[in-house]
Amino acid sequence: MPSSPLPVSVDATAALLAGQNYVADRSLATAVFLALKLGRPLFLEGEAGVGKTEIAKVLASGLGRRLIRLQCYEGLDVASAVYEWNYARQMLEIRLAEAGSASREDIQRDIFDARFLIKRPLLQALESDEGGAPVLLIDELDRTDEPFEAYLLEVLSDFQVTIPEIGTIKAAQPPIVIVTSNRTREIHDALKRRCFYHWVDYPTAARELEILAVKAPTAGAALSREVVGFVQGLRKMDLFKQPGVAETIDWAEALMQLDALTLTPDAINDTLGVILKYQDDIQRLQGSEAQRLLEQVKAELGGQSVV
Amino acid sequence: MARPAGIPEFDGGRLLANLMYFARTLRAAGMLVGPGRLLAAVEAVRAVGLESRRDFYWTLHAVFVNRRDQRELFDQAFHIFWRNPRILEKALAMVLPQTRMDTGAPQVEMIKRLAEALHGNSASAREEPAEERLELDAALTFSERELLQKADFEQMSTEELHLAKRALARLRLPLMAVKTRRFAPDPAGPRVDMRATLRAALRNGAGAIPLKRRRVRTNHPPLVILCDISGSMSRYSRLFLHFMHAVTNDRDRVHTFLFGTRLTNVTRYLRAKDIDVAVDRVTGAVDDWSGGTRIGDCLAEFNRRWSRRVLGQGAVVLFISDGLDRAGGEGLAPVMERLHKSCRRLIWLNPLLRYEAFEPKSLGMKAILPHVDEFRPVHNLASLGSLIEALSRPGGRRLEAAAEWRAPSTDIAAA
Repeated sequence: MPSSPLPVSVDATAALLAGQNYVADRSLATAVFLALKLGRPLFLEGEAGVGKTEIAKVLASGLGRRLIRLQCYEGLDVASAVYEWNYARQMLEIRLAEAGSASREDIQRDIFDARFLIKRPLLQALESDEGGAPVLLIDELDRTDEPFEAYLLEVLSDFQVTIPEIGTIKAAQPPIVIVTSNRTREIHDALKRRCFYHWVDYPTAARELEILAVKAPTAGAALSREVVGFVQGLRKMDLFKQPGVAETIDWAEALMQLDALTLTPDAINDTLGVILKYQDDIQRLQGSEAQRLLEQVKAELGGQSVV
Repeated sequence: MARPAGIPEFDGGRLLANLMYFARTLRAAGMLVGPGRLLAAVEAVRAVGLESRRDFYWTLHAVFVNRRDQRELFDQAFHIFWRNPRILEKALAMVLPQTRMDTGAPQVEMIKRLAEALHGNSASAREEPAEERLELDAALTFSERELLQKADFEQMSTEELHLAKRALARLRLPLMAVKTRRFAPDPAGPRVDMRATLRAALRNGAGAIPLKRRRVRTNHPPLVILCDISGSMSRYSRLFLHFMHAVTNDRDRVHTFLFGTRLTNVTRYLRAKDIDVAVDRVTGAVDDWSGGTRIGDCLAEFNRRWSRRVLGQGAVVLFISDGLDRAGGEGLAPVMERLHKSCRRLIWLNPLLRYEAFEPKSLGMKAILPHVDEFRPVHNLASLGSLIEALSRPGGRRLEAAAEWRAPSTDIAAA
C-alpha cells in the first residue's frame, strides 16, 4: 500500500478527508490535524451514527496505513486485547526439547520467544510496516470497564506494552490512535487528558445535504433536500433515539430502491424502520405525526425555492 | 494571509502569557486545566499556526475541552478573552483578585473553621453526656434490640430513629455476584491456567508439569436505586437516605435517583463521606420532598435520559415506592415494562407491605406489579435484614419471586 505523508496544515487535513468522501467540519479537521501532527490520540465522543468510527477508516485509507481495530466490550482483558502465549506450541516445544538434549536454560529462553507470542490488536499497533505506523481504532471505549481503561493509560501515553517474560515493547513510531465513545458512561479524565477531544455533533442541514451528495449521489436533489429536512425535523423532536447521519444515508438509499422521487406519507410509513430504531419512536411518528412533519418540511423547502 | 484583528502576534512571549491567562480564566471558571494542558495548548497552537481565528478557536477547543458540557463555557470564555488584545489588562484585573481571593479564601475559611472548631469543642463537651447515654442505649438487652428490629420506622421515637439510622449506616449490600470474563488464580478452580502452568513447569524442570488452575472472577453488578420521596413516603425515604448513603460509599457503580414530581440524580451528593453533609446536599438539591407523585412521568424520564447510561452493564434496580400514584397509574405500565426489560433484576421495595391483609389494589400498584422480579416489604430493620439476605442469594428466574402477589387476582397480570 503506498503511504502518503501526514498533512501539513488544517486545510490539507480537510482536503485529505474530503478526498476520501468524508465531509468534515473545520473543527473536526483541526482536531484530526492536531492529533496527527503532535502524535497524540484523538478522542471522539458523540451519538451513535455520526461518523466517529468512519474517521479512522478514512484516515487509514487516505494515508495508506494499516487499520487495526479493537472493539471494546465489558470484561475485555489483556489476553484478547494485547497478547497471549501459544500454549499448545509451547508444550510441544518443551516435549521436543526434552526428547533432545537441550539444557533447562535453553528451554526457558526458547519457550517465551516471540515465535510463541500471539499478538492482539494493541501489540500489533506498536509495529510499523513499510507504510508507516498503523491507525489504531479503539472503538466504543465506554463499553469496557475501568480496569481496562486504566491499562490503556500506559499504552496510550508511552506507546509501550510490558510483557513480563520478554520485557517492554516500545513502538518505534507511535500509531495514529482514534478512540471513540458513545458516552454511555463517562470516561476517566486521566485518559481524556492524554488525548485531543472532539464532540462529534449532528451535522447542520447544509452539511448533511453535502454528506448525502457524496454518500448517496444517485438520490435526486429534491429527494435529498426533503430527506435532510425531515431528519433534521426529527432531531428536534423528543425521541428516545435520534437518527444519526448513517440513518439518513440508509434512508435515502432505501427510498431510492423504492423508486421514490419525493417523500410521500406512504413512503415514510413504509420505511420508518430505517431511521427510527425504537418501537416507541416509530409508534409515535407513524401516521399523522409523520404527515405533519412532512408538510412542514415541504412548506419550508417551498418557501426556500421561491426565494 | 492577513491576520485578523484580535489574534495576538506570535512572538512567543505575549502569546504565551495570553495563553496562560486564558488557561487561568478557564480554571477560575471551574474547568480542570493544569500546566500540562497549557503546554499542550502552546504546542498545538504552534502546530496549527495563527492564520485564522476559527482554527485558533478549534485548536484551543481540542486541547482544553474534554467534556461535552464544557463547550458553552469554553465558547463564552474564548469570545470574551480573545476579542480584544487589550483584554490582557482586563483579564489581569479579573484574574488577579481571584487569585488573591484564592489565597485569601482558605484563610477566611480557616478562621471560620477554627471558630467552628472552637465552638464545636464546647458543643461536643455539652453533648458528651448525651453521647454516653446513647452508648447505654446502644447496649440494649436482647429483647429491646428485638423490639427495635421490629418497630415500624413510622412509629419510632426520635431516639429509636437515631439508633435505626446507625444500624442502617452499618448495613452492607452483598448483592449477588455475577460472572465476569476475567479470571483469578485459584488452586481449586475448574479451569487450567496454561500460562501459570508453563511458568511453573519451567521452574520445576524436567518431570511432571504441575497444573495451575484458575476460576472466573465474579463482580457485583451495578446498582441503581430509584426512591420515591412523595408525601406518603417521606418518613421512610428520609431514613432510606442513610441506607443509600451507606451503600453508595461501600461499593462502586451505585447510582441513586429520587423522584416525587420530578426525577433528581443525587448520586454525586451521596458520595460525600459524612452522612450529615450528604443529607444536607441531597435536601438542597431536591425540591419536591413530600409533594405528590408522578411515577409514570419520572420513570419515563429515567428511561429516556438515564437508562442507557446507568443500566448499561446489567444493573440491578431497587425501586422503593409505595406505588401510590397521583396520576392513577396512567402510562405507568409501559414505562415499567421498559425499565424491567432493560435491567438485570428489578426489585420493588414497598413499605405498605407491612400490613398483613395488604392487597395491591391501587391502580399504580396494579400497573407496576406485573413487571417486577421481586416484591418485598421495607418498613423496619428486620425487613431490611431479610432483604439483604434475599439479595445476596443468586436470583431465581425473573418475575418469579413476585408471582405470589400476582397469582390471587389474574386480572392484575392482564392489566
